[in-house]
Amino acid sequence: MKNDNLKIKVANQNDDGKLVIAGKEFNSRLLVGTGKYKDFEETKQAIEASGAEIVTVAVRRVNLADTSKPLLQDYIDPEKYTYLPNTAGCHTADDAVRTLRLAREAGGWNLVKLEVISNHKTLYPDITETLEAAKILVKEGFDVMAYTTDDPVISQRLEDIGCSAIMPLGAPIGSGMGIQNHLNIKMIVEQSNVPVLVDAGVGTASDATIAMEMGCDAILLNTAIADAKNPILMASAMKHAVEAGRMSYMAGRMKAKFNAAPSSPLTGLI
Amino acid sequence: MIKITVNGEYKNIDSVKTISKLLNDLNIDSRKIAVEVNLEIIPKSAYDDTLIKENDKLEIVAFIGGG
Repeated sequence: MKNDNLKIKVANQNDDGKLVIAGKEFNSRLLVGTGKYKDFEETKQAIEASGAEIVTVAVRRVNLADTSKPLLQDYIDPEKYTYLPNTAGCHTADDAVRTLRLAREAGGWNLVKLEVISNHKTLYPDITETLEAAKILVKEGFDVMAYTTDDPVISQRLEDIGCSAIMPLGAPIGSGMGIQNHLNIKMIVEQSNVPVLVDAGVGTASDATIAMEMGCDAILLNTAIADAKNPILMASAMKHAVEAGRMSYMAGRMKAKFNAAPSSPLTGLI
Repeated sequence: MIKITVNGEYKNIDSVKTISKLLNDLNIDSRKIAVEVNLEIIPKSAYDDTLIKENDKLEIVAFIGGG
């Protein structure tokens, strides 16, 4: 047992199972991206299989050379799914704020995912720019879900600024390396009064379960489904993994021991 | 004719044209996009009344798949 001395947040027994972000209730604790799929049809099927109610989307220039092609909205109905516009590709607070203002005008939604990227090799969040952008966006009435490093101090700052959710990375974006720093994720879960989502790094279903067992409120992932050999099957696996992790967390795990303890009674032996 | 930039490309358009008309000419559904002119977002409600001027820089964006 790693980090056994860290106080584990006690699950609220009256929890009705809903995820609440910025005052809105969601049944699913899995949020999925809409990138990297073969086509819109596969995107649609994978999202349906995942059971996700919130989907991240990027904001990009309309292709003027061919405006007759279908758009994402034609397959993923914004009336059915909550679109969560992101700022992927933005390297400054100014770019991120500009992108999300456009997203709000295009879709009419306030809920956004803020991510300000530092460099192409790590895709690590640029924290100073993230904090700057978060301040502006919160002031402008956006409900900000902030992608951040797994640093409890920065997570607290983002919460203090007024972010609606804190989203530490489990591992670098698209790496599929799983949760690298259990201690920090636990610290963030323990201290936060807004939902904590592991965003980035989940590679397979067990990674999602582990994060949920640590008390995370939800998981956001994209590549783990899109790059699986069978994305639709993996989407279903992720759905169950997140549910299993949540239930396991709520149930409260047994205490781990170094010594064996028999499961069958020792009395009445023949 | 006036010269403008749309999504980084030069375009020559009729001198009196609103954003609504330009979107229509480009076959773009105004409900699914956002328009920025010279870094300022134009609300959808203003597309019918906003005239495009010489050297205006327009950005027309939409949602695409992303993580």
